[in-house]
Amino acid sequence: MNSPNAPMVRIRGLRKVAGQAVLLDGIDLDVARGEVLCVIGPSGSGKSTLLRCLHQLETFQRGVIEIDGELMGRRLSEGRLHELPEREIRRQRAQVAMVFQSFNLFPHMTAQQNVAFAPTQLGKDSQAAIAALARELLARVGLAGREDAYPAELSGGQQQRVAIARALAMQPKVMLFDEPTSALDPELVGEVLEVMRELARNGLTMIVVTHEIEFALSVAHRVAFLEGGRILEHGAAGEVLTRSAHVRTQAFLRRFNTGVGSQGTAKPSRL
Amino acid sequence: MTTQMQTIAAQDLNECRNMPVTPRRHPGRAVAGAVVLIFLGWLALGAVRNPAFGWLTVIHYLFNRDILRGLGLTLWLTAVVAVLGFALGTPLALMRLSANPVLRTTSAAYVWLFRSVPLLVQLLFWYNIGYLVPVITVRIPFGPTLLALPSRDLISAQLAAIIGLTVHEAAYAAEIVRGGLLSVDPGLMEAARSFGLSPRSIFRHVILPQALPTVLPAAGNLIVGTLKGTSIVSIIAVSDLLYSAQLIYNQNYQIVPLLMVATLWYIAATTCLGVLQRFIERRYAPGTLAQAGGRKGRGPLGADV
Repeated sequence: MNSPNAPMVRIRGLRKVAGQAVLLDGIDLDVARGEVLCVIGPSGSGKSTLLRCLHQLETFQRGVIEIDGELMGRRLSEGRLHELPEREIRRQRAQVAMVFQSFNLFPHMTAQQNVAFAPTQLGKDSQAAIAALARELLARVGLAGREDAYPAELSGGQQQRVAIARALAMQPKVMLFDEPTSALDPELVGEVLEVMRELARNGLTMIVVTHEIEFALSVAHRVAFLEGGRILEHGAAGEVLTRSAHVRTQAFLRRFNTGVGSQGTAKPSRL
Repeated sequence: MTTQMQTIAAQDLNECRNMPVTPRRHPGRAVAGAVVLIFLGWLALGAVRNPAFGWLTVIHYLFNRDILRGLGLTLWLTAVVAVLGFALGTPLALMRLSANPVLRTTSAAYVWLFRSVPLLVQLLFWYNIGYLVPVITVRIPFGPTLLALPSRDLISAQLAAIIGLTVHEAAYAAEIVRGGLLSVDPGLMEAARSFGLSPRSIFRHVILPQALPTVLPAAGNLIVGTLKGTSIVSIIAVSDLLYSAQLIYNQNYQIVPLLMVATLWYIAATTCLGVLQRFIERRYAPGTLAQAGGRKGRGPLGADV
């Protein structure tokens, strides 16, 4: 592990192309330990791709990603970067956890089994310890008593909270959220954001791709605005979201401030 | 029929609150049911009365030793071919979905070839392999020959039947398994991958349980088809159920009764397979149509039944 002051995540010159399209065009970004970074931007700007590269679910052509002092997916030797073998990449993936927009819970497993599944497969601890951890995490996201429910028996908000517990069970160094509330009915958004707020308070390092501007304002330490695969602007949440100097950011944010600005709070005001 | 609009005065409408509702009548259903029942009865009567069916002969041969031996061989062939077919078909399906273009193309070519050649033609090919490859040798490359046997001795009629049926079955099994794998939500694979799980673990615990509900009905269908399809091996004189019946009627000329004997056993066997399939589907694919079919109410197409 690196020194406690070094950033948890460092990204330099991250570039990804797919065919003719440039998805990420030289991203430089640091995330400190315990920091919450919100990534905003129009759809197709590369937000999800950035998360997926961080998690090595997708490959990238240029640049480096370092998490907790360890180079992701690459090994540096004699002035060249070499792709790591699959087994190493799997080990690195397990240090990062992702919460998906569409939950992606395993439908044939109960909430408890969903949370316990990966740690059990990876042999992280004894069966009993993992089961106890799973129960504890489900209680932490407000789902005590629903351990034996299957995903189909849970509401969207509950499913996403199981997914968060499932990600926490990996005891990740960084947690990635890919539009975690975009697939939810408006009245269910609040309960998920509340859980995320709690995680932030507990000092978890989080990178959150979101359209919830109020959440970003109240929880994020910093906000990065992405467009066309580049970071157009990034800085303190209040700066970027309320006093942005950038024309593109202003245009993007204006859409949220006209009537749907309070989208995602516990009591939606647009009704 | 003319449509007429009914208007009800306000106070009458209030009285309608708790009125009982007389269900609509379906006279057409009763008529259609009666017509079909009469037709079926006529068919059954004809079958019983027609002496050509020779029901007494049927009963006499139903449990004949050679017939039962033939039935045993048919069941054994079906089991072997089903197991080997899926054992070969599953890797073919995985190859087809692989990132490696050589594996992908090889698998596609296999399925294309063995689905294109009629089973009967394949069986004749395997049976006559001796003309194509007269001697089968086992040798160390560029080294001494360890074993050399004439193909005719090595490939018996029964082995030719197993090989021919299996390579044919594998082509269809590969497509069934591929369909099942494609039906799995890619998001689930992604989630499993994101935990750093090994491909083997992901396949075993995430993909397989998700693919089974799609694979099982089609696989059951294929195996029922295989059971009946094995009757084709009678052409290369493998003494399966049909061939055993043929051997008997070639001697006593009771063609129809012995075909009935074979038919009854085929029906009995496929019925057992059907029951087995339902059981397995309930066990491994809960919450799918296998259970919805048993519920009362509307049929799968939303029609009342």
